[in-house]
Amino acid sequence: MKITAMQRNVRFLVFMALTGLCVFRADAQVKTISYAELQKRITNPDTLYIVNFWATWCGPCVSELPNFDKLQRTYKDKPLKVLLVSMDFQSKLKTAVIPFVKRHKMLAQVYLALRKSDQEMINDVDKNWSGALPATLVFNTKKHIHQFYEKMFTYDELNKIYQTNK
Amino acid sequence: MKKLLILMLTAVSAVAFKTADNGYKAGDVAADFKLKNVTGKMLSLADYSNAKGFIVVFTCNHCPVAQAYEKRIMALDARYASKGYPVIAISPNDPVAEPVDSYANMQKRAAERKYTFPYLIDETQNITRAFGAQATPTAYVLQKTDKGMVVQYVGAIDNDQEQANPARTKFVENAVDALMSGKKPAVTESKALGCRIVWKNS
Repeated sequence: MKITAMQRNVRFLVFMALTGLCVFRADAQVKTISYAELQKRITNPDTLYIVNFWATWCGPCVSELPNFDKLQRTYKDKPLKVLLVSMDFQSKLKTAVIPFVKRHKMLAQVYLALRKSDQEMINDVDKNWSGALPATLVFNTKKHIHQFYEKMFTYDELNKIYQTNK
Repeated sequence: MKKLLILMLTAVSAVAFKTADNGYKAGDVAADFKLKNVTGKMLSLADYSNAKGFIVVFTCNHCPVAQAYEKRIMALDARYASKGYPVIAISPNDPVAEPVDSYANMQKRAAERKYTFPYLIDETQNITRAFGAQATPTAYVLQKTDKGMVVQYVGAIDNDQEQANPARTKFVENAVDALMSGKKPAVTESKALGCRIVWKNS
């Protein structure tokens, strides 16, 4: 069968459109996660988990997010999972969190914390967490790593955490 | 699984990075302070000779969580000031790093929103450090006693930022109600999710 140039173009365009849709969908995906689900999510013994708690309304959080995403990109083939758990209002999933994730095209998996109350989530994550954002949990079951930080991170600091704990 | 996790958390607590948890806890006596109000006048707790206590709230202009709680803070003053527990709002942030929280902008917001309570600026951030607030908004319920201003509650105003849960626990109201009926608050502390306080040179 002879395929004309035009047909080829159309096929190519359709292919691109479909691919684009898929990418678009993946980017826009933000799942909700409860603390119980988060606990299960971070149990692979061979993976180092870096869980950053942030919110679209938190200026310092938004400015350090690219560092977390860069870490995930740098080590995307390594046993490192960067999870970004938003503490935004739960009603803001579609109006704030998903548009934010679409805009920033992040590789790190973004979640919205599903919680009965902030207090419950904060205490479950770490009893020393004051509740201020940003906050970051470094976790690995096999090596018994549970570090909790209430501070902002540069990329180099995050890289050091990965190198020290991997 | 949960047990295993708890076990591991216990095992590794030695390496967990503990955050500074200085500041007032329930039962502590809070020191009085002298801070500049948006009216331009200096204000102290001692100026309120008839108060039975205070609802001290560290809050600010810029933080969306503080903004979400603004009406609730105003409602607390409307409800409790006449009963002897007025609201004292303190803005803790460094206005150089966060210009929205400048003294002029505080004056503007207090006037626009018609605050019925003082809105003080903690220019040195020493009072914020003494109280131990980490985020805005954070509330402290103080009770005037023979020992001084005893901290009876520290933490969030309620456990429902979005006001989506009709069964929410109104921590501050419950604490003040308990004190007014001669009891101790059932809940004396909670965590306050909010914007980290913007410290100078940080």
